[in-house]
Formats: sequence, C-alpha cells, structure tokens
Amino acid sequence: MLAYILRRLWLGLVTVVAISIVSFVIIQLPPGDFVDAYISNLSASGSMVSQQEAQSLRQQYGLDRPVWVQYGKWMTKVIQGDFGMSMEWGRPVTEVIGDRLWLTIVVSIAAIILTWGIALPIGIFSAVRQYSIPDYAFTFVGFAGLAVPNFLLALIIMYFGFTLFDLKIGGLFSAEYQLAPWSYGKVGDLIAHLPLPALVLSLAGTAQLIRIMRANLLDELRRPYVTTARARGLAEWRVVLKYPVRAALNPFASTIGYLLPFVVSGSIVVSLVLSLPTVGPLLLRALIAQDMFLAGTIVLLLGVLTVIGTFLSDLILMWIDPRIRAGMHE
Amino acid sequence: MADPILSVRDLVTYFRPEEGVVRAVDGASFDLYPGGTLGIVGESGCGKSVTARSILRIVDRPGEVESGEILLRRDDGGIVDLAKIDPRRREMRAIRGGDIGYVFQEPMSSLSAFYTIGNQLMEAVRLHRAVTTKEARQRAVELLQLVGIPRPEQRVDAYSFELSGGLRQRVMIALALAAEPRILIADEPTTALDVTTQAQILDLIRRIQDERRLAVILITHDMGVIAEMADTVAVMYLGKVVESGPVDAIFHAPRHPYTQALLRSIPSVLAEPRSRLATIAGSIPHPYARPEGCPFHPRCARSIAGVCDRTVPVVTKLDERHEVRCVLYGRPAEAAE
Repeated sequence: MLAYILRRLWLGLVTVVAISIVSFVIIQLPPGDFVDAYISNLSASGSMVSQQEAQSLRQQYGLDRPVWVQYGKWMTKVIQGDFGMSMEWGRPVTEVIGDRLWLTIVVSIAAIILTWGIALPIGIFSAVRQYSIPDYAFTFVGFAGLAVPNFLLALIIMYFGFTLFDLKIGGLFSAEYQLAPWSYGKVGDLIAHLPLPALVLSLAGTAQLIRIMRANLLDELRRPYVTTARARGLAEWRVVLKYPVRAALNPFASTIGYLLPFVVSGSIVVSLVLSLPTVGPLLLRALIAQDMFLAGTIVLLLGVLTVIGTFLSDLILMWIDPRIRAGMHE
Repeated sequence: MADPILSVRDLVTYFRPEEGVVRAVDGASFDLYPGGTLGIVGESGCGKSVTARSILRIVDRPGEVESGEILLRRDDGGIVDLAKIDPRRREMRAIRGGDIGYVFQEPMSSLSAFYTIGNQLMEAVRLHRAVTTKEARQRAVELLQLVGIPRPEQRVDAYSFELSGGLRQRVMIALALAAEPRILIADEPTTALDVTTQAQILDLIRRIQDERRLAVILITHDMGVIAEMADTVAVMYLGKVVESGPVDAIFHAPRHPYTQALLRSIPSVLAEPRSRLATIAGSIPHPYARPEGCPFHPRCARSIAGVCDRTVPVVTKLDERHEVRCVLYGRPAEAAE
C-alpha cells in the first residue's frame, strides 16, 4: 500500500515538472512577447515607445535571453516561493492573484455543492422511475441544460433580472463593499451575491451529472445483487440506496481530479459575463497581454491541482472500493 | 399426506413491454409439502425462474403477477395468498427471507462487492430478528459454519470477490437461511459451478434440508439433478406445467411427449457408442410468437393435426399424484362440444 502511494507521488512530481515546461513553452508560442503587446497597446492609445525603451524593458524582464534560461530562472524562483512580477500589473503575481483565489474557491465550491445536491437525487429518481413522466421531464430539462451555453444563460438571467426585477446582477459584491477591507458586512454581502453565480455555474454540470448518475444507476439496478437484496426482504428504498446507488457513486470519486482545477479557475466565460472577481478572467487577460509570469503561474497552479486532484481520487477510490484495496495486496 | 406448505394454483405472470405481451408463466400449478423437494424442470425460457420469483413477488418490471393463487401455509395453520399482497408491503417483505429463502443462479454477481459478506449476512439476520449487532455477527459466523465455510470467524470479514464460486454459492445459501425460513427456493443453484462443486452444493442443500425439515423448490434444466434431489417433479413448458408427479413416475413412466423427449436427451453411459444423442426437434418459440393450441405441438412427434394446434389441453389426473396436460390422455374440455 505504501509503495503504491509513494509510486503515485513520484509520478505526480514528474508530471508537475512536465506540466511546468509545457505550460511555459505554450505561453511563449504566440509570436511576440509582453513588450510587443505592451507597445501595440500604447500605440493604440497614441503614444510611442522608442526602440531603446523596448530593449531596456526586455532586458529588465529577461525576455532577451534564450527560452530555457528564462524557464530556469523562473523555476528557481518558483521553488523559493517567488512567482515573479506580473508585467502588466507591475506587482508580484501572488498579490495579483491574492483574494481572487479565495473568491474563486468559494464560488466554485458553492457551485459544486449545488450541482451534486441537485443532480444526484434527481439522477437516482430518474433511474428508479425510468420512463415515468417525471423522468421524461428531467431528461428534457437535462438536455436543455446541456445544450444552452452557460454564458448565454447568465446573460438571459441578467437581462430578466434587470428588466423584470430591477436587479443589477453580476459581481460578488455591492459597490460599497467592492474595495472595502474584509468585514462581517462584506462577508454577508458576498453570501447575498453568491447564489446566482453558483446556480449559473452549476447548471451545465447538473444536467450532465443527472445523465451520468441515471445511466450508472440503470446499469447497476439490473444486476443480480439487487434482486438478491430484495429477496432477503429489504425495503425497496434501502435496497436501492445501499447497493446500486453505492456502486453507481463509485465512478464519481475519479472525477474529483478534474474538479479541483475547476475550483480554482472557475468557468472563465461565465465569470467574465457575470463580472466575477475570480481567477478565470484574470488568466484570460494575462494570456491576451502575454503577461508571462502571471499566466504561467495560473497555468502551473491548475496543472499542479489536476495532479493533486488525481492523486486524491486514487486515494479515495482506494478507500471506498474494496476491490482496488484487494488488488493491491496481490 | 400432510397439507402442502405452499400451493401454487393457475399462476399467471405476464411481462408487458411496449412491444407486446410475454406470457412467461401461463397457468402454472404445483404443491410443495413440508420437508419435501419439488423439482421444477424445463428448457431455458420456459418460465421456471419467473415462477419462482413470482412466489416472492420480485419479478422485475414490466413483469406482473396477473392472476392465480400462491397459498402459503403459516405455522399457526393460517393461509396467506401471496398473489394478493401488495409486493411492496411490509407483510410481503417479512415473507421474503423470513418464510421463504431464495438462492440465485449467479453466485458471482449476486453479492455486492462493496460490503463484506458479514455485513450482508448481518443485514439479513437483523431484518427478521430483533438482535444486537454483536448477536447478528455471531449468527453470521454460525451461518457460515453451517454451510461449511472453513474459518468462518475470518471469512465473515471477507468480500465476495475474495471467495471462489463454490464458496460464494455457500454464502448465498447462508444468506437465504439467515432468518430460518421454512421454504428454500434454489434457482439453478449449481448451473454456474463446476461439476465437483455442483455435487458439494447439492449435498449441502440436502444436509441442511434434513437438519431443518426445510421444504425445497429446486429449479434446474438438469434431469440428473432432479433424479438425485427431488421427490416430486413439475415439468414446465412455455409457462405451463405439462406433467407433474412423483420422481419415480416421471422417470420410469413419463407420459407427456415433452417429458419423454427431455428424458431421451439425457446422455447415458449405457448408450450405444457413436450413436447420436437424441435432441428435441426445433427450439422454444419466440416469446411473441406463441403457438396456438398446445404450446408444444410444433415440436411434438405425436401431435395430432386439427386437435393439438386448435385446443389447449387440460390437466388429466392419471393417479393420485401423477398429472399430465396432453390430449393423448383425455379429451380436452374445449373440444368436447
């Protein structure tokens, strides 16, 4: 068991290094660099940057050195906990990401709880009452939820919220708390703003999860062990919840690996539409501006979280599935 | 002879999927006596398993017990008709496992892999007996011992996938016996096992039957198993019992052409070398394409044109316990105009 875990950890570490290299290379791939983007930005607003200035900027950020030297310098600093300066914001990367990270986590976890809380009971119901009218209704809503892009839904809700209820939807804070330091009032304000973005973010996931849960459970409900449990005299709801639902939930443990990066990045487009101060929009902006260290840090963070998430899934599966535990003793 | 502990009368179980009606059980009748073994035999798809599941009312949707009586005699002499009880009611659940235990064909997939066998055994015990967790565990160990599982104290914490097929089937029997039922239904209990294990499982069932005065319904397509285990036999074809009687009568004086054909198709060590094994001509008709008249007539060597394909034969009593459903032994009621 320990050997298994250690092996997983080592593989995870190798993957993280590979991710850091790949993400660095990908960020470098588009023609030009931050200074080019900076210059074109300035010239769009009418001012000019001399060749000399550009050169000194490049020197300052080390952009004139070969790629692998840049990568080496970046990684040495990352290991020491210094993620570098954001070129665009002119502040340390950690500071720029700062609060946004926590807000993203709060919004995403709310979305996940909502997704699971809505989808799993509906999925179970749909499978147990397959081809009933409510099952068809949920199937219809589910497919509609899958088909409608999330950002469109966000726009529609914002529109109706504004025209019908005179609500200004969007953001996570009211104007007066936007830049205020943390206080109980601000937390309350956040909680009041949370449900809508969480709902929009969870919608597509909910629709998908209903379908998956229904399909998984339908598979399990046909298995002989369900009939066996019934033949023992177990009440129907206990039969369903103890045996097939337990088996149908198992595959979800392996999706935790993908949930973790989602928790941090959130849904980029929806966050942009709802103007949520989360990490997603920040990443988008950093990539457009070719703000290497900021984009690199976020991408690296997502990669590391994917690896950690996958590792956690493996541990959880090991914990909840006796067959995997047994397989490891052999 | 004592009163039957279980009497099935004209049991009808239909499946009604959207495509049509499958008449899985179409008027089956038989009796089970205390301590006796009733063998139900027939080809695959003749309705044996659905009959057994109908008794416990655990037929999967869209199957439904449509009519008939399933009379269970209780210890106090009272009789309940299981066909009339709502299958979801507590009363029905108490009978499942409590009065009638059920052993399934597939020991591999009939146990959940997510819980230890002890967990599932204790659940079965505690469903029907008010005992503490500790007592239930003790009982689970005893049950494993009863079915001949070595080192039961350790095996109680094992998962089903850690056991061999034979041991799993023993666990299934232990599960069926958890609440000390008076009737055990064994639905092809040895089909999925290899030959030596088959014999062991049959021995086990017989031993427990003797020890506990259990009445057993043994469902199989194997005439050899019937000869070894059963004292009465019901031969089923397409949802109907076509012949029933004491095992000696069925084997030595079979009357229905289907029973005769089934017996001819048993391989024998006395057979002429290099001779072909007799088979029953044709195959079981498609569930939606049921023949008119006697369901067996298209495959029957002695079928009478104009009679067998027109009228459904009725049951003829040959003697006190031997009954047959064939026009050769009595005029069908519908034809007697």
